[in-house]
Amino acid sequence: MREFFIFVLIQLVILIVVYLYRVVQGPTVYDRVLGLNGLSTKAIILLVVIGTIYDRVGMFVDISTGYALLNLVGSIAIAKYLEHGGAA
Amino acid sequence: MDEGALMNFLANVSLLLLLIMTAAGAVLVKDLIGAVLILGSYSFFLALTWAWLGAVDVAFTEAVVGAGLATVFFLLTLFLTVPREKQGQLPRVQWPVFVGLPLLGALLLFVATDLPEFGDPASPPNTHISPVYLENSLKDTETPNVVASVLMDYRSFDTLIETVVIFTSGIAAALLLWRKKS
Repeated sequence: MREFFIFVLIQLVILIVVYLYRVVQGPTVYDRVLGLNGLSTKAIILLVVIGTIYDRVGMFVDISTGYALLNLVGSIAIAKYLEHGGAA
Repeated sequence: MDEGALMNFLANVSLLLLLIMTAAGAVLVKDLIGAVLILGSYSFFLALTWAWLGAVDVAFTEAVVGAGLATVFFLLTLFLTVPREKQGQLPRVQWPVFVGLPLLGALLLFVATDLPEFGDPASPPNTHISPVYLENSLKDTETPNVVASVLMDYRSFDTLIETVVIFTSGIAAALLLWRKKS
């Protein structure tokens, strides 16, 4: 079972690198916002998978929940910023 | 080197590479909101590094404060100021920097080989300080959480002055940003 979770972890890291390319390279701000959102969904799962590998799921679920909640706040802040005519 | 150590080494190197990549991207990118977004992913990788090293509480703080709150604060600052990077004159890099910094790095790497192995139970912090805290903290401070008792009791002055510094910088930032629109 541990090998399976490590396999999942490697797949998630590969996906994250693809999203990271869009965040760093992305020509417009919207590309970056979308890239960061997709990256954070992978990040939530990745934290739980690391917790499963370490047998400390309870603590890591806390981290990923906090990350998900604050990430939503961040997304709303970015959306508000762009709505009020920031640097689009 | 056995398989577990090799995997650990590879994970550490790849995490550090991602950290350097995102940090360089945040510095090099031209528009500031893009830099803020890249900094968000940088904080996430930093949190992942802490989680991988086993410092779960630090990872929690980094994920919540670094990736979540700092992004919001940066955006608020950009909202109240001008979101353009000002083209200033970059200071010319002198040659002593090119010679001195690699020498300093080599010296630091050389000294780092003397540090105890990560997680070594025989290292001085694990033989001298940690047992004292673990054995005496409940009796001394009557707090069940050891981390809280170390922060708030044994190092209370340190924590107090850290809080004062953060509070002062917050007041200064608020004074700068909350000026009346004329």
